[in-house]
Amino acid sequence: MADLSSNFLGIKSPNPFWLASAPPTDKAYNVERAFKAGWGGVVWKTLGEEGPPVVNVNGPRYGAIHGPDRRLLGFNNIELITDRPLEVNLREMTEVKKKWPDRALIASIMVPCEEESWKAILPLVEATGSDGIELNFGCPHGMSERGMGAAVGQVPEYIEMVVRWCKQYTRMPVITKLTPNITDIRKPARAAKSGGTDAVSLINTINSIVSVDLDNFAPVPSIDGRGSHGGYCGPAVKPIALNMVAEIARDAETRGLPISGIGGITTWRDAAEFIALGCGNVQVCTAAMTYGFKIVQEMISGLSDWMDSRGFRTIEDFQGLAVPNVSDWQYLNLNYITKAQIDQDLCIKCGRCHIACEDTSHQAITSMVDGARHFEVIDEECVGCNLCVNVCPVDNCISMVPMTSGVDPRTKLPIQPEYANWTTHPNNPMAKVAAE
Amino acid sequence: MGSIDSGIRDVRAGRLASDAYADVFSDLHPPLTRHEAFVESDRCYFCYDAPCMNACPTGIDIPLFIREINADNPTGSAKTILSENILGGMCARVCPTETLCEQACVREVAEGKPVKIGLLQRYATDHLMTNGQHPFKRAESTGKSVAIVGAGPAGLSAAHRLAMHGHDVTIFEARPKAGGLNEYGIASYKSVDNFAQKEVDFILEIGGITIQNDKALGRDISLDALRAGFDAVFLGMGLPGVNELGLEGDDAAGCIDAVDYISVLRQSDDLSQIPVGRDVVVIGGGMTAIDVAVQTKLLGAENVIIAYRRGPEHMNASAYEQELALKNGVIIRHWLQPRALTRNAHGEVCGITLDYTVMADGRLSTSGESITLASDQIFKAIGQTPAQTVLTEAGIALSKGRISVDDEGRTSIPGIWAGGDCIAGGEDLTVAAVQDGKLAAESIHRTLMQQPDKVSGFVEAVMAGNSEGASTPGQNPNHPSHVTG
Repeated sequence: MADLSSNFLGIKSPNPFWLASAPPTDKAYNVERAFKAGWGGVVWKTLGEEGPPVVNVNGPRYGAIHGPDRRLLGFNNIELITDRPLEVNLREMTEVKKKWPDRALIASIMVPCEEESWKAILPLVEATGSDGIELNFGCPHGMSERGMGAAVGQVPEYIEMVVRWCKQYTRMPVITKLTPNITDIRKPARAAKSGGTDAVSLINTINSIVSVDLDNFAPVPSIDGRGSHGGYCGPAVKPIALNMVAEIARDAETRGLPISGIGGITTWRDAAEFIALGCGNVQVCTAAMTYGFKIVQEMISGLSDWMDSRGFRTIEDFQGLAVPNVSDWQYLNLNYITKAQIDQDLCIKCGRCHIACEDTSHQAITSMVDGARHFEVIDEECVGCNLCVNVCPVDNCISMVPMTSGVDPRTKLPIQPEYANWTTHPNNPMAKVAAE
Repeated sequence: MGSIDSGIRDVRAGRLASDAYADVFSDLHPPLTRHEAFVESDRCYFCYDAPCMNACPTGIDIPLFIREINADNPTGSAKTILSENILGGMCARVCPTETLCEQACVREVAEGKPVKIGLLQRYATDHLMTNGQHPFKRAESTGKSVAIVGAGPAGLSAAHRLAMHGHDVTIFEARPKAGGLNEYGIASYKSVDNFAQKEVDFILEIGGITIQNDKALGRDISLDALRAGFDAVFLGMGLPGVNELGLEGDDAAGCIDAVDYISVLRQSDDLSQIPVGRDVVVIGGGMTAIDVAVQTKLLGAENVIIAYRRGPEHMNASAYEQELALKNGVIIRHWLQPRALTRNAHGEVCGITLDYTVMADGRLSTSGESITLASDQIFKAIGQTPAQTVLTEAGIALSKGRISVDDEGRTSIPGIWAGGDCIAGGEDLTVAAVQDGKLAAESIHRTLMQQPDKVSGFVEAVMAGNSEGASTPGQNPNHPSHVTG
């Protein structure tokens, strides 16, 4: 049976599933329930400076995008960092860590971008026995207006500076949490690395207005008729998070930097994908907020069973296996030719492949053959784009079949077995000589 | 049971507890809630050239109306439905969807679970009719007038389309109320809460339609008078007669027209006042047979037997309807054909003898065996008959007693159109009658306005579907063809 135990920066946990810094980890009561349910670790909800805590709105904090059966697809919040006094959080963290020594407990921190502020809070956190700290440079709403959160995460120099202070004033491992609200995720990751961070975690939430109430013309959630942008998360953001994780995993400057993956992780499969792209562990929030802590049982059994089926004994056995296969477009094999193929036994004749191809792509699927409703790929027109596969409502009905020999009926050119990419393509004015 | 020996018929009203009737006769398919409509509409694949749409006799754009429901626009959805079928509300309740749109649904083919198109259609039309304004506007008056005979589905459909085009319509209806079989003929659990009259009121909101009740063709009005007084005439009087068993005593007490009985039941304010037998035998195999059998069972009959002379696959009632009867405790006996009625001392029918039938060389014959069933009530549900005399006298060409029409609903007499159950080749379905009325109305409109070339988008599409080799995807070339006589 697979061993799910995790060792991230020397922080041990029985499994790689941590709860991200968020409402589920705001107090001992919730965190203990999470540990009882089986979560490997938590990142305690972000601590602020000593003194009067922040206040939250007292109206709705969340908004969501739903499927027709109210399945939550995307989630948005305007909640700030913890609104409980620092000393209460620290006391509870100490107690919980003492009670649950085998679980990871990380403190998320957000204080003003001044050395004194960081210098002041770090010893207090270290005294709790926490296993590490996570720097909240990601929160995109409210705190960023006060020069914290994403306001720091959007300036690589600030990231580097604060990370350096943290490495200077604590022995605890430092995880730098990155905001996706930037143009190139590699810049903040490189800065964190330069500052000496032990790891990065990403993504934090994405600036978002989840919807507009058309009765009142106000963004949702609406506070007394007015709304503010929030942070978007949940299943909808997973593809964005995966790309950003991959960018860091394969960047020459940050390659090998430990990554804690966050962003829409809902099932074991999502977690496995993040780990395959190089993450050492994963953090979950929205799925727990939607279904409760019990979901970790499915994640544990699913990951374990999948690893068994693939012969992976430990998390490290498959960590990063997908990274070498993430490539720039220019290195994709232009000699690789596929054609869509429709399994007529599975086809239910809805015609979606036809109309999608006919209206919006390459007119490569029939609707009528010999007077009968019949959907079939016209190889002479098919560019292998995969649109039909994606719009087909039947699993495995349409597949993309590679052509390995003969002539491509569309281009009338022979299939070339060898790899060739854009960098050497004759149409590329910048083409390099193949021999180079 | 035993009544055949004693000759004492057990026919009583009030077989159920007085508070049980409302529950027993409640809506057969309760309407979808808003959430249920979202979930169900999400199952629709929005098929290209959708098979469901092509299976709908009125050609409703089903994928579009379902998508409109899914996008939280039930009003727009209802407009999509009603623009092709102004009786879309009733059709959502009474259409045999299991043999039309839902049979064609790709999910029926794939998994045996079609999208619930009928219930979705009801969701949208109920929404509009409950909350909305009448969605269509009457064109400026053309000054032309059209007479319509019969305020059933065909007549109402024709009237609405004609009124929308700006013509003045007068409907002559033989009965005290409009609605035709929707009002008098359909099983009450399929149309609760007086829906048929609400739908009539909704249709009349377009304006320009007058209904004259208690005016029967041949009794109160003549075809000549209509032709003289109006620019065009549409006949949609349905089938006013019923077939007799052809046995001695088939007009005696205890031998009842199913259509009449259903009509009494539908018009009743108090179902506990309707007499029903303990042993009931229904002769027939169509929707009417099922409707009367199920309703007598619901009224408290102990034994209800449908006797049909052929097998289940030959019944006009769909498999779904047959199942509905079985679920309600009705027994369906196939391969039995009436031979003689037993009458008691009062001359009332108290039993029926039926011959067993067999199919040999494609011909139905009796096997020589027979069975006698006790019956307190025998219902005749073996088909309805046209108003042949009045039509013959008028010189209208008929086919098997029904009016011959072309694919636009034109009869052999210029200026007279016809549609619905009274025409030859009709399908005896509400939805088919609606289509007949709509197509005839468009034809009347073109004729009255003398605009053969300037046709509306709808007719254009239908005609494109009809013209040889010009079959346009998305249009059903077969729609109008069923009305050809």
